Amino acid sequence: MAQKTMIEAITAALAHELETDPNVLIFGEDVGKNGGVFRATQGLQEEFGEDRVFDTPLAESGIGGLAFGLALEGYRPVPEIQFFGFVFEVMDSIVGQMARTRYRMGGTRNIPVVIRSPFGGGVHTPELHSDNLEGLIAQSPGIKVVIPSNPYDAKGLLISAIRDNDPVIYLEHMKLYRSFRDEVPDEAYTVPLGKAAITKEGTDVSVITYGAMVREAVKAAEKLEKEGISVEIVDLRTVSPLDVETIIASVEKTGRVVVVQEAQRQAGVGAMVMSEISERAILSLEAPIGRVAAPDTVFPFGQAENSWLPNAQDIEDKIKEVYNF
Amino acid sequence: MVTQKQKIDIDALLNPSNTDFRMVQILDEEGKVVNPDLMPDVSDEELVQFMTDMVWSRILHERSTALNRQGRLGFYAPTAGQEASQLGSIAAIEKEDVLLPGYRDVPQLIKHGLPLSQAFLWSRGHVEGNDYPESLNALPPQIIIGAQYIQTAGVALGLKKRGKKNVAVTYTGDGGSSQGDFYEGINFAGAFKAPAIFFIQNNGWAISTPRELQTAAKTLAQKAVAAGIPGIQVDGMDFLAVYAVTKKAREYAVAGNGPVLIETMTYRFGPHTLSGDDPTRYRDNEVLEGWQAKDPLIRMRKFLTEKGLWSEEKENEVIENVKEDIKEAIKEADKAPKQKVSSFLKSMFEEPTQGIAEQIEIFEAKENK
Repeated sequence: MAQKTMIEAITAALAHELETDPNVLIFGEDVGKNGGVFRATQGLQEEFGEDRVFDTPLAESGIGGLAFGLALEGYRPVPEIQFFGFVFEVMDSIVGQMARTRYRMGGTRNIPVVIRSPFGGGVHTPELHSDNLEGLIAQSPGIKVVIPSNPYDAKGLLISAIRDNDPVIYLEHMKLYRSFRDEVPDEAYTVPLGKAAITKEGTDVSVITYGAMVREAVKAAEKLEKEGISVEIVDLRTVSPLDVETIIASVEKTGRVVVVQEAQRQAGVGAMVMSEISERAILSLEAPIGRVAAPDTVFPFGQAENSWLPNAQDIEDKIKEVYNF
Repeated sequence: MVTQKQKIDIDALLNPSNTDFRMVQILDEEGKVVNPDLMPDVSDEELVQFMTDMVWSRILHERSTALNRQGRLGFYAPTAGQEASQLGSIAAIEKEDVLLPGYRDVPQLIKHGLPLSQAFLWSRGHVEGNDYPESLNALPPQIIIGAQYIQTAGVALGLKKRGKKNVAVTYTGDGGSSQGDFYEGINFAGAFKAPAIFFIQNNGWAISTPRELQTAAKTLAQKAVAAGIPGIQVDGMDFLAVYAVTKKAREYAVAGNGPVLIETMTYRFGPHTLSGDDPTRYRDNEVLEGWQAKDPLIRMRKFLTEKGLWSEEKENEVIENVKEDIKEAIKEADKAPKQKVSSFLKSMFEEPTQGIAEQIEIFEAKENK
């Protein structure tokens, strides 16, 4: 056991998989000698060679095609898209190609690719670096979307994603990269895809959330605890497919729910979570479902992030509103 | 270090950077060998096979058109006129090479090992048309123009990493050479020195848009310069030239030199697809007739007849055989079971997700009613 940041946990997961499976390949813009723009692949090329960890030309679409073709030749590609705002360049490869191949070939071929990509606000990046675009991929059949919120899950989920025989988008929130440390086992372990986690048990209100909003929800819950409101936090961990069972079990227990996302109200997966709850547990609800999300504008200019991004205060207010309904 | 000063003529730099890409030809329109030095080393039997392949493809085109009109086939992109380009190139490709075809490249797929009945199922929109055995080194026809190019770069890098002496082969049209993925594909393959052969089948038109509207470049082969790889323009109505050039490109790529871009100069005699396109709206009949005189079958027929290797009798025998095969394949395709939503759901992921498992139950209940 060691105390690791999320980015160290990610690097450790990549090293484990490079070590145990010779078909694992890591590539992208500046992931080789440079070790990645966030050092996520630091030291990996040195340890495993240029044949396993390599740089590519600057073209996201080409990287997607490269991953697709290598997967057809039996490799397990783990390409990186430097920032998820650049996903628009490679949407066809991901949604139009990788996600459809098993289906379109009647199960005779599969594309075991994991696309790693940083995203998320709070670190004052320039334009189109921080956008929360998970909703775009979550709308697409044939691909899973994983968003860890802590170092332990980050490692276990990444190992699971790499071992999964279908394509996975693995999104890494930039604000969580180095903001705290967690106990992370040295050996390889897995955290199942498609399974949510109960971050904190509670009995009065369920908060269903993911990514950086999990920490914000914990802050809000700790404060409310002192006021006698017991909050249960469900960390989705995989936002597509949703772990509906865990969500519904929590809602049936508490009877009140707030769905929280960093993405704009019209984006993300919050609306999807709300519709599942409405369809399956409306009779358990003692109040309308609350929602915390960003305003429906383009992701803010760096200096405006603080007033735009949802935070613990917004969550606290919404929980109180739903609790006192 | 002091470099010698050179006078730079800015006006000269402003000339369009079109290099002279001369078209490779072996057989002229009269079936005469115009470049004996380039003649590939092939036996008489192989020459007869080449002609047989082209006749097969022309008849397949004619029957596919008729079957489409009768509603017994679905999506069909006509191939008449492109026999030399399609069959001449695939004849130089080995079974272990990987083929990434576009939507018009069904003849190459069948030659590479796809049963004809499955090609028909693909046209109709049935999943069994894409149910490829492990031994078939190919993907189904790609609908997103350009996607096959970047994927080819990946397959070729895979072949290189595995140490296989094989190539990845792909095709697009003249319009496709304007896509970003076209450039990215050839550029990636070049940067990784990956064994890929990229074909542009320049048939003059992208639906109703003439090739001149795609680019100011004088040839499409010269686009290879942007990737730093060889580009060759070949007479796409000349089977032997396409075959010879592809064979050379394959040797070059397998030897570890990297990819090659080949532009075949060809023409489609028919419409873009049979989904309502009418080329008389945009195309000049005289130009079409000019191209029909260049028909790859005519010149090969003359060449082989002169050598005593081909006759009308022989051709009719081939035609009858092809028609028989097509009948059988359609019958085979008719046997395919009705497609089930539950099996589609099952082929989305290796293991069904929670949501999909629920939907499988719902649809199985409906299907078993």
